[in-house]
Amino acid sequence: MNIPSDLKYTKDHEWVKIEGDVATIGITDFAQGELGDIVYVEVETLDETLDAEEIFGTVEAVKTVSDLFLPLSGEIIEFNEALEDEPEKVNSDPYGDGWMIKVKCSDMSQTEALMSADDYKALIGA
Amino acid sequence: MKNTALTTTHKALGAKIVPFAGYNMPVQYEGVNIEHETVRKAVGMFDVSHMGEFLIEGEHALELIQKISSNDASKLTIGKAQYSCLPNDDGGIVDDLIIYKLKEEQYLLVVNAGNIEKDWNWITSKNDVGANMRDLSEDYSLLAIQGPKAIEAMQSLTSHDLSEIKFYNFVVGDFAGIDYVIISATGYTGSGGFEIYCKNSEVKQIWDKVLEAGADFGIKPIGLAARDTLRLEMGYCLYGNDIDDTTSPIEAGLGWITKFTKDFTNSEALKAEKEHGSQRKLIAFELDERGIPRHGYDIVDGNGKTIGVVTSGTMSPSLGKGIGLGYVPTVFAEVNSKINIQIRKNAVPATVIKLPFYK
Repeated sequence: MNIPSDLKYTKDHEWVKIEGDVATIGITDFAQGELGDIVYVEVETLDETLDAEEIFGTVEAVKTVSDLFLPLSGEIIEFNEALEDEPEKVNSDPYGDGWMIKVKCSDMSQTEALMSADDYKALIGA
Repeated sequence: MKNTALTTTHKALGAKIVPFAGYNMPVQYEGVNIEHETVRKAVGMFDVSHMGEFLIEGEHALELIQKISSNDASKLTIGKAQYSCLPNDDGGIVDDLIIYKLKEEQYLLVVNAGNIEKDWNWITSKNDVGANMRDLSEDYSLLAIQGPKAIEAMQSLTSHDLSEIKFYNFVVGDFAGIDYVIISATGYTGSGGFEIYCKNSEVKQIWDKVLEAGADFGIKPIGLAARDTLRLEMGYCLYGNDIDDTTSPIEAGLGWITKFTKDFTNSEALKAEKEHGSQRKLIAFELDERGIPRHGYDIVDGNGKTIGVVTSGTMSPSLGKGIGLGYVPTVFAEVNSKINIQIRKNAVPATVIKLPFYK
């Protein structure tokens, strides 16, 4: 199970990479494995400003649909459009080419609530 | 939760196991898309031992079957199988099933796992003719070996010429070192192949020998997730989704297994429905735009008014687009009709098509 130590995590199995006030967000290796073959990533919240815990998109595997929850309040400034044609990148490279959105955070103090790699590892029992 | 005789085998192969119809079943091994493609292009094997098997025998066996079954079992000869359904008294369907004529006065009914108890009670309640009934579900296993290379890959395992067994025919004979199994040219994938019925004590040997014999042909074990995408690409109904206690066989497009050559449960009403036309119909549709229809999503008209419901939907691995089945009023059911599928907050345009999706 790949859980990079330089990323932050959520209980919803998302990873967060913070650079300045911009957070890049995707789903974890564990999450993609549980979902199975991902066939569609839908993000219709580009340019919208959402609160933490709001739904920013949906990831569809062959058998299931899962909502994607925004871990940090802010504006959705970028969607990884490569996923429109190649959603399977979320399976093959969840922390790299499979990233989903970038958020301009409005409240950096929220990052303190995110989990470390060790905490996330404990959560999933890896 | 019950196990099949192969549950530990599936776990050892790395399958993801999920509860399904009361059984721990393998939903996928390697991944649904690769498993789907394996069946379409080569050969794959499914453990579908959760399915139920009833033996009906004796001099009144056919009489009972004709009462409960919509299809005409008098047309069966030994070695032939027939797809059918069990209508209920209220216009709906108790279950869909396959009926095998094993011998004179001996038939095997293969029913859905989730309906074993319901079907048993239903058939028992209709058995006022004194047919003998036995539930073999707990004793028998079922493997489906499906795909265009199934015949070639499996021929070394039997003395019977597999290419001689026609669709919906079967032989009782030797397979993979077991003397008597049912080798049936049936399946739920649309890619050809066989289903093998054997005793639980025999299934591990057969499973292993099939994987061995199929190795050169690229055989893989296939989970229930791919079974669902494969059947949906053909438009085969799934009980509990596309047909149930409230859907009639006529509106579900199962008129071809509803034969009014004899009386059966609710046949008068179904005959009238067939003559006058159904109010609604089960349609097959493809999305015109990106998106994936799912069971339970609303079907809406151009004004956003709900006109029906999706009963099955998926992203078709073969076609790369969203496909589904659902009920709409007959006026919307013509091929090429335009409908919309309500996917979250979007009404995504879709077109009614003629089955199958995958040709």
